[in-house]
Amino acid sequence: MLKKYAVRFAALGYLLVVLLGPLSMLFWRVYVEGAGKAWTALTDPDTIHAFKVTLELVAIAVPLNTLFGIVVALAIVRRRFLGKGLLNAFVDLPLALSPVVVGLSLYLLYGRTGWFGPWFSGHGIQVLFALPSMVLATIFVSVPFVAREVVPTLREIGDEQEQAAHTLGASGWQTFWRITLPSIRWAVIYGVIVTTARCLGEYGAVAIVSGSIQGKTETATLRVQEEYENLNLAGSYGISLVLAAIAIIVLILMTTLRPKEGVS
Amino acid sequence: MGQPLASVAQPAPAVGRLVSNTTRERAGTALSLGFVTVFLSVIVALPIAALVWSSRNDGWSGFWTAVSAPEAVAALKLTLAVAALVALTNALAGTLIAWVLVRDEFRGKSLVNGIIDLPFALPTIVAGLLVLALYGPHSPVGVHAAFTRYAIYLVLLFVTLPFVVRTVQPVLYELDTQMEEAARSLGARELTIFTRIVFPSILPGILSGVAMAFARAIGEIGAIVILSGNLPYKTEVASVYVFNLSQSGNGTAAAAVAVVLLAISFAVLLAVGGIRRLATRYERA
Amino acid sequence: MPMNKRMNLTLLAAALVALAVAAGATASSKGTSLSLVAYSTPKPVMAKLIQAWQKTPDGSGVSFTQSYGPSTNQAKAVAAGQPADLVFLSTGDDVNLLVDAGLVNQNWNRQSYDGIAADTVVVFAVRDGNPKHIKSWADLIKPGVQVVTPNPFSSGSAKWNILAAYGAQRRLGKTDKQATAYVQQLFSHVVSQDSSGSNATNTFLSGKGDVLITYESEAINANLQGKNIQYVIPRQTMLIQLPIAVLKNSKNADAANQFIRFVKSVPSQETLVQYGFRPVNPTVAKEAATIKKFPARPGIFKIDDKYIGGWRNADKVWFASGSGRMVKIEQAVSGPTSG
Repeated sequence: MLKKYAVRFAALGYLLVVLLGPLSMLFWRVYVEGAGKAWTALTDPDTIHAFKVTLELVAIAVPLNTLFGIVVALAIVRRRFLGKGLLNAFVDLPLALSPVVVGLSLYLLYGRTGWFGPWFSGHGIQVLFALPSMVLATIFVSVPFVAREVVPTLREIGDEQEQAAHTLGASGWQTFWRITLPSIRWAVIYGVIVTTARCLGEYGAVAIVSGSIQGKTETATLRVQEEYENLNLAGSYGISLVLAAIAIIVLILMTTLRPKEGVS
Repeated sequence: MGQPLASVAQPAPAVGRLVSNTTRERAGTALSLGFVTVFLSVIVALPIAALVWSSRNDGWSGFWTAVSAPEAVAALKLTLAVAALVALTNALAGTLIAWVLVRDEFRGKSLVNGIIDLPFALPTIVAGLLVLALYGPHSPVGVHAAFTRYAIYLVLLFVTLPFVVRTVQPVLYELDTQMEEAARSLGARELTIFTRIVFPSILPGILSGVAMAFARAIGEIGAIVILSGNLPYKTEVASVYVFNLSQSGNGTAAAAVAVVLLAISFAVLLAVGGIRRLATRYERA
Repeated sequence: MPMNKRMNLTLLAAALVALAVAAGATASSKGTSLSLVAYSTPKPVMAKLIQAWQKTPDGSGVSFTQSYGPSTNQAKAVAAGQPADLVFLSTGDDVNLLVDAGLVNQNWNRQSYDGIAADTVVVFAVRDGNPKHIKSWADLIKPGVQVVTPNPFSSGSAKWNILAAYGAQRRLGKTDKQATAYVQQLFSHVVSQDSSGSNATNTFLSGKGDVLITYESEAINANLQGKNIQYVIPRQTMLIQLPIAVLKNSKNADAANQFIRFVKSVPSQETLVQYGFRPVNPTVAKEAATIKKFPARPGIFKIDDKYIGGWRNADKVWFASGSGRMVKIEQAVSGPTSG
């Protein structure tokens, strides 16, 4: 009996120290540094622009990765081909890879002495230190999530309905829109939420390729670090508060939309 | 199955695979594979290839010099040591938390369950800033560990919290308690039941969670960049070292060390895949 | 149901595209835009100067993008392709880097005031009340004194600190060998080498170290932001000359040059004084407010002092990657040997 309580309190105690401790600092620090100063920093044009840039990156990366995730999941589960293992490895790689490695690889590919750099600069297209490289970095780090949600669902539900539709004369497109997609929609939605959270929170890869040009290539997360560097802690915490609020909304969505299992 | 950590590389059951192979099928396969290949090449494969290629810009000797530089070695050592410690801590704490979430009942449990995912949702730079606030010079608890190795350990614990919990939970949930009941009725002690019956079943889950936590801890940058204090040999981890090298125009040296990190990431993925195959070998038989 | 779903998805896609386009449209600048790449600490004063310039006929309608970071890393980023119209760096060494990359005219230092926008000096920032009584370079190497200075391979501030330390010893009569040994001893007291001057300030403010070697302007800047830093100007110290230069390939070279002239004008120099910089404009230098604010130091020496020999020489001797003296010193004290 006592053991049960001991185990419970050990677990909850760990969570309190490791998780809730840091989280509780957020409101307190904003209060200490001055909510007024934090507000000033949040309404600074460069900060507002940073949030816009973050939104832009999300608006481009999430739909692309959703499309990719669905297509690759269908291919992996429903198709036969050689090299599935290799495909799996590349899709999963961003999960285990440091964002610094991601950013550096893009920096080397599109830099002045990289394979693609000279071609782009020759045609007057700025890739590094501009939005294109930031988009590429954001897509890279968030590639796996939709696929990883859809694959298990596709496996689980099987393809009898698709086969039935096929024998009844439905075209591939019709089958996809009317049967496949609705059956995986919750997996897709959950994957979209996780992908969005990942894109919002990205720091390392974008930091390397963007040059942190204020008012141009700074994202909200880069801005947090910039404000800290400029001795403006109120600004750092203010922006963090907004990001944390978004994170909590994401968390609520994740919790409510996750299929209920693992908790008795 | 909402398992954010389940790999795409699961062994495929017989269900779910179209058997027919008509021309339309093959065209569809070609089209989707074509799209997937182009997408992955542009986004993932080409940059990685450029990285590996660039690491050899100064030849093998240049590569070796960059990787064996004292500062690089120190950074890699620190990274591996802290990541191992973090992985071990997660193995214990994560299993404990998963156990409590599956087997225990108390008010507010669903809230606790929900909050486990917070480190997934929260930007890592914010996590670093908050740990700095908690353990920095203005610490409300009187702990001044910021800019030390302890701070790196603590923030990595925050960031990797969900991994083991979320891989062990589903396994525990699926576990049939009949064997445990039987053992208990035969008089076995709780600890014996755990080590002989429960633990072997959840071990694959623990191991794959640990592997992912390890990989994450090795590569983390956003949470560490504010706390690292840039003390080479003391608090500089490999990711910060590569970051600094990249910012100071040393692309080739940075690439060399990055290739080491890349190799570790691949190794972890292979390990996770292997664990999974091992764990499901009876299902596939 | 499927029809509605299709419509919903299409609408969602359209909304996302619209959002992206709107964000992109507002992000793109209209009219002339100048890209300023600068070292880590002058952000507040540059913001002020830009604002003031935009009210003048020359500057009206010109928008700015700004990037701040460690001076040497910033120069390398520009050399690697980061777009810039003008640079405001903390050492002539970093501008020379751009000259060697073919991006800045080699006559940049023949512009007015030798291409310098403002001056400052090397100072010691100390704890409240100066408990360790740090006043001179000799005090820095007393037992138990912990020093904070940035990484010399990424930061311009760090380079000034090192040359000031060396030059001070030489001017006090030490030989080259003795003065170099002093620098090594100094670095054995260093407890943190951040990438930039402003990061070093942050580290010092967060409680690390007994003394921070930094720019006078940075100490004043921190005080203006309410951080309360006490600082001491050593008797032997170095004049930090902060260069500003236009990039050769700038598409808005005229506007950039106009802005630079504006920065060197009397009203701007007075603003710089307010923010803690010593002016290069002699008119402003003679003003009472300036003299009151900046104590003279007879022992001030410059980069072209005979013991330093200018930036090209200093770079070769001290900061050359692999062969510079700082590489050996850092290796001896287990410090960073690159940026």
